[in-house]
Amino acid sequence: MALAQETVVLHGHIIDSLILAKVLDTILMMGGTFDLTDVKIGATRKEPSHAKIIVRASSGRLLAEILEAIQPHGASVERESDCTLEPAPADGLFPENFYATTHLPTQVRLKSRWVEVEAMEMDVGIRVDREGTAASTVPMGAVRRGDLIVTGREGIRVLPLERPKERDVFSFMEAQVSSERPHGHIIADIARRMRTLRDDREAGKEGSKVLLAGGPAIIHAGGREALAWLIDSGFIHVLFCGNALAAHDMEAHLFGTSLGFRLSAGRAVPHGHEHHLRTINRIRGIGSIEKAVRTGVITGGIMAACVRRGVRVVLAGSIRDDGPLPDVITDSTAAQAAMRAALPGVSLALLVASTLHSVATGNLLPATVPTVCVDVNPAVPTKLADRGSFQAVGLVMDAASFLGELARELGWKA
Amino acid sequence: MEGMSRLLVCAPDYFRIEYEINPWMRLSNAVVPDRARAQWHGLMKVLEDDIGVLLERMEPVPGLPDMVFTANAGVVVGRRAVPSRFRHPERQREESFFEAWFRTHGYEVMTLEQGLYFEGAGDLLGLPDAWFGGYRQRSDIRAYARLSEIFGREIIPVELVNSHFYHLDTCFCPLSGGELLYYPPAFDRYARAAIAERVGEARRVVVPESEALRFACNAVCVAKHVVLPEGCPETIKQLEARGYEAHPLPLDEFMKSGGSAKCLTLALE
Repeated sequence: MALAQETVVLHGHIIDSLILAKVLDTILMMGGTFDLTDVKIGATRKEPSHAKIIVRASSGRLLAEILEAIQPHGASVERESDCTLEPAPADGLFPENFYATTHLPTQVRLKSRWVEVEAMEMDVGIRVDREGTAASTVPMGAVRRGDLIVTGREGIRVLPLERPKERDVFSFMEAQVSSERPHGHIIADIARRMRTLRDDREAGKEGSKVLLAGGPAIIHAGGREALAWLIDSGFIHVLFCGNALAAHDMEAHLFGTSLGFRLSAGRAVPHGHEHHLRTINRIRGIGSIEKAVRTGVITGGIMAACVRRGVRVVLAGSIRDDGPLPDVITDSTAAQAAMRAALPGVSLALLVASTLHSVATGNLLPATVPTVCVDVNPAVPTKLADRGSFQAVGLVMDAASFLGELARELGWKA
Repeated sequence: MEGMSRLLVCAPDYFRIEYEINPWMRLSNAVVPDRARAQWHGLMKVLEDDIGVLLERMEPVPGLPDMVFTANAGVVVGRRAVPSRFRHPERQREESFFEAWFRTHGYEVMTLEQGLYFEGAGDLLGLPDAWFGGYRQRSDIRAYARLSEIFGREIIPVELVNSHFYHLDTCFCPLSGGELLYYPPAFDRYARAAIAERVGEARRVVVPESEALRFACNAVCVAKHVVLPEGCPETIKQLEARGYEAHPLPLDEFMKSGGSAKCLTLALE
């Protein structure tokens, strides 16, 4: 996805001689692209002009060919320096001048070579290994005293995203959010991606996981069957949620209610408000959700499907949780780390009906992962889309309608 | 570079074909020394007697056959000289002799960094409105950014695309009245457009291919006199139509090396 790029400079009488035009034409004709940064045009004919050009190509080889072709016209590769490294002064503390990441693909220059930063994530730091040959992101809390941390701005480059090859809703990269846009074709495009990813996954291809982060509104609104079907059919491989989604899902199985409302009749039932507490208490007694499924206490719904299909589930706790369920990680830093650890290989993220989990997940994802954010409140998809140029699609719609339409598009008969 | 009343020249005592560094040179096509000497003296006679040029003669050096082409010694503006940095090792040995000549004759010598190829007045020529620098074949385009700093002048780099016209002065000759004698196919389309932008159509004199290949553009223009190789009747017709007096001369011995009238001289002021 990331492009190869190099910055070149042109200096002299490059405007009237059409040298700049020739260099730019050459880049385009050879299949590259460019960004003209820092152009200074001489105020008089006598004064020279200066241009800095970022040359980009789809491969390192094409980039080298382009650089070779423009070099005779005076385009020299800018002199570059390695990134600066400073040791972390204490555990959990970056050096003062640490480089704060974006979620875009990033490279750092180590020993005169550009090295890709692994596990890209926004708002963290970059740690370089002892040998000075590899770099990866590190959250503030995880840094250890003496770790080599990238500081300053030298020797760091952030690469823009290449437009995806697939011609679907993600390829527009416009991150528009509107309740007035038709949803049908967007959901069809998402389904097409999910079918491809499932086929890839069944063929053993790396990096073909689908992540769903969701809130309990999925259960309340009636999206439980559709989501359970999607999991059972192998379309979802990682689930991020909180105590509530799991609790209400299992409440629905044990009592037929969600937060005390009979799901089939849509009415509050006597003492229904106790159901989710009784559910949580039951599971705490058994010891874990997995055990509850394996022992036949919970046989239907989302959590049962996850256990059956080996879906990786991260339950992150929050301040208003009841119980919580025994699987819930109540230390939010530990929960963040567990979510981060589940991200490698994710190629599509569905963030459904949860501000908390959607924003948390969005913050951890690199910009290269296409993301769908679904919420009845336009503020949530807008907040995620505002994070920048990532391939985000916002849908203002009800969680159950979304999951139902998506599942039907993928063959669910209900 | 504005006028050409004083010219640096070097007698062809050691002029021969000892290597091949352009498509004109063939080791098998030997120079006839007597003819070369006669042709060179013929050129000097016209320059001195007919045109009234003052000639500065530098001492030829054994083993440096191309020193006769003083246009490539460097470039001189006023009392400031920048000696050449030749691309080919065969001619790099001339550099120190040219530099020494500039120094002993009181010029302020500015040198370019090693490896920044620049072949003197062979590649840098001025019109009243702008200077033009040929690049790609011999001189490096980067040299012009530096030269423009040294001389405080705009230099428009133009790409030379035909190896038969390896120096700018083989296909581009500014005339004293502001006209330009040139052969457009020797340049790429960007250079042609840049030249057309600075030299109006009425001032551009296009040389036909057959005469360009005889080096009609390798001419010396002083006031209304133009000295050029013989066999270029179309060019002469065009020059005369613009009020110039043409002096066609036999210089074919020097064409064996890829040079003619202009290559044999360097304007000193």
